[in-house]
Amino acid sequence: MSAFAATFRRDLAAMWAGGGVVAPLGYFLGATMMVPLAMGPDRLLLAAAGPPLVWIAAALAVLATLERLFQADLEDGSLDQMLLSPAPLEALVLAKGAALWCAVGLPLALAGAPAAIALQAPLALIPAIVLSLALGTAAFVGVGLVGAAVTASVKRGGVLIALIVLPFFAPPIIFGAAVAAGQEVAAALAILAGCALGAIAIGPIAAAAALRLQAE
Amino acid sequence: MSGSGPFQDKPALRVEALTLVRGARVLVRDLSFEAGPGAFVEIRGGNGAGKTTLLRAIAGFLQPRAGRVVFSGVEEPALALHHVGHLSGLKGAASVRAHLRYWAGLFGVQSREDFALERSGLLAQADLPARVLSQGQARRLALSRLLVAPRPVWLLDEPAASLDAQGQLMLADLIDAHRASDGMVLAAVHEALGPAPSQTLTIGA
Repeated sequence: MSAFAATFRRDLAAMWAGGGVVAPLGYFLGATMMVPLAMGPDRLLLAAAGPPLVWIAAALAVLATLERLFQADLEDGSLDQMLLSPAPLEALVLAKGAALWCAVGLPLALAGAPAAIALQAPLALIPAIVLSLALGTAAFVGVGLVGAAVTASVKRGGVLIALIVLPFFAPPIIFGAAVAAGQEVAAALAILAGCALGAIAIGPIAAAAALRLQAE
Repeated sequence: MSGSGPFQDKPALRVEALTLVRGARVLVRDLSFEAGPGAFVEIRGGNGAGKTTLLRAIAGFLQPRAGRVVFSGVEEPALALHHVGHLSGLKGAASVRAHLRYWAGLFGVQSREDFALERSGLLAQADLPARVLSQGQARRLALSRLLVAPRPVWLLDEPAASLDAQGQLMLADLIDAHRASDGMVLAAVHEALGPAPSQTLTIGA
């Protein structure tokens, strides 16, 4: 088993065991199901304003998982061992990001279907919304790796992470909301894919650099 | 270490005029020493003298203020050494066996978990989650990293902490076997580990 696969497996298992999968999913579904309650039963109003709100819920659900991502590794000494691996730290960070996306991003994207339906999104748009959420959460995770790494040694760094990463969450949210609203779907999906690829390419490199400093 | 022959690498370590700083405090000033294959260096010093910092600097985790750490006879220092410190690197929810498999993957070697379990006396606990292990058992598990992936240089930070008498014997055996196969051991200790050190380094005096 390669170091990448070992890290991926370890993190995925830890998230399954620790309820790290269910909590963001419950948060996402809970938050989106609140929207019809808060906005009232007017179908037209809900159809016009509702679907983009899945993006707010998705962004916040991912954000909530970031605080402990590297902090736990720093506190229990796992980070030191990662530095002694033949695999570059960047690859191990990418493996952790991939595990986080599989445990949180992918379930959120799938849960986007019932959530969008509850918010009166047209059924024809549901596949595009699910795909856009899958891409968007990948971008969130890529950016989130950096925020989580920079704040790994900060106690209760959750607020700090939000301040660091939320500005970078803006592009996926803008284009994701466009998909959810049914505007220029193909173009918005292409840009979302670009955001995701960019974040996945740059995020692990920046996060690994931050973690090397934290190890001191 | 039984089951593994002498290392191809013959590790040698030279520490040159090392100065280490934590916060505003100079912990180690102008420290120089050398150690060759088969060496067992005991590092002694009071609490807060800088033993842990010294080992972390040798491991490459932190940059020295001045001086340098030079390994020879190994290709890439970070891949030639093990570091077992106060932080055990354990995840509470994962089983003992899962930890050994993970480390084998992380260090890029074939998993020898049954051998490691047997040597570290954790066979009966193999499928228990790490959070139910006692302090001593957790320490044994951390030490079994040394067995999972054979590496020539061991940096041990108070390795005998919370080990029982049998565990200390096991550790002494490990160190003896490691030295016999030309490995090098640097250990920060308060009490002697058993094997006679080839060199004792006192810092912060």
